[in-house]
Amino acid sequence: MAKEYEDIPGTFVFDADRSREGYWLNQFCISLRLEKNRQQLRDDPEAYMAKFAMTEAQKQAVRDRDWNRLLELGGNIYYTSKLAAFDGITFQDLAAKMTGMSREDYRDMMLHGGRSIEGNRYKSEWEGKK
Amino acid sequence: MAKITAGVGCSHVPAIGVAMDTGITEQPYWQPVFKGFEFSREWMKANKPDVIFLVYNDHCTAFDASCIPTFALGCAAEFQPADEGWGPRPVPVVKGHQRLASHIAQSVILDEFDLTIMNEMEVDHGLTVPLSVMFGEHGPDDEWPCQVIPLAVNVVQYPAPLGRRCYALGKAIRKAIESYPEDLNVMVFGTGGMSHQLQHERAGLINPDFDKRFLDLLTQDPEAGANISHVEYLRESGSEGIEMVMWYVMRGALNDDVREVHRHYHVPASNTAVGHIILENV
Repeated sequence: MAKEYEDIPGTFVFDADRSREGYWLNQFCISLRLEKNRQQLRDDPEAYMAKFAMTEAQKQAVRDRDWNRLLELGGNIYYTSKLAAFDGITFQDLAAKMTGMSREDYRDMMLHGGRSIEGNRYKSEWEGKK
Repeated sequence: MAKITAGVGCSHVPAIGVAMDTGITEQPYWQPVFKGFEFSREWMKANKPDVIFLVYNDHCTAFDASCIPTFALGCAAEFQPADEGWGPRPVPVVKGHQRLASHIAQSVILDEFDLTIMNEMEVDHGLTVPLSVMFGEHGPDDEWPCQVIPLAVNVVQYPAPLGRRCYALGKAIRKAIESYPEDLNVMVFGTGGMSHQLQHERAGLINPDFDKRFLDLLTQDPEAGANISHVEYLRESGSEGIEMVMWYVMRGALNDDVREVHRHYHVPASNTAVGHIILENV
């Protein structure tokens, strides 16, 4: 299937293919909505992760708290944000981490109107910038 | 007969609920967000709905990845505020209108919209934040001033239903509601948005020009607005801005000609542009 949204920079659209790849990662993350599951993760992270049929790469991204990698491996932000909440990270600070900005710089950007759409529509606009 | 009198569009940013629940709405960061709802709370008191048909999205709360209905209609007697990971919001239980919900389900499905029926469902901030901003603070021992019929729309896994499909569903919902024999004042809420991206390196995207055009088209040229494509939402309003398709269920349930009685727009609330509009049937 043609995916015309694949040329949007810095964006991983959570489509049916990513949902399939990320299924157990997302189910792991959402399980942390409940305190009894959070307690199990605190007590023994590896044993708790082993209950979900995640790939080794997904487990490593969880261990590393590599927030962008989690999305690249099929995670969805509404799910991975539950892992961030487990760590005591607010949604805004999670967003800052994914953009590589400090929390202060990110918050300041939002207070000044957010990230502009100009220069941020197409991957081609990001080439050579990074 | 039941009648739809007005539509409300409203963001449902979770941090807005947290600000109300923790009593910090007068802080300089939040004051301009809530200022824009002062008119709305008076307007709600003056126009007192019996029932709100509330279109929102669940954020992996009632539905995790194992079950993703595109349109799920809440037909239960009541809906408990969900624990989203930090305890349920301290707000009243949401009471449904079961007879009207059953009537809508039957009518709309026979109109070729294949809804999922929810006879038990918890509701998250997507539903309770719009009630809070429009009705003001209500504690867990209070009651909301009216009954609510929730319609949960999948906008988490791509593709969400098209704006055009949401608009057509709104028309079918109107036909259903206005064929219900009891005299009821019904309002329809479309929630979510406005421009925002919560994920990856482009997080923090805000596009006020897109948002303004969206609001203008919603009021004045909904046929054109309903045709905004998914890729345009994703690119121009951010990956989570696509929630705005839900406002088109609300718009479809109104007259072609509406009066815009209130508009509010503010950046930011957390990562998001806040938008709000009130449209009355003329």
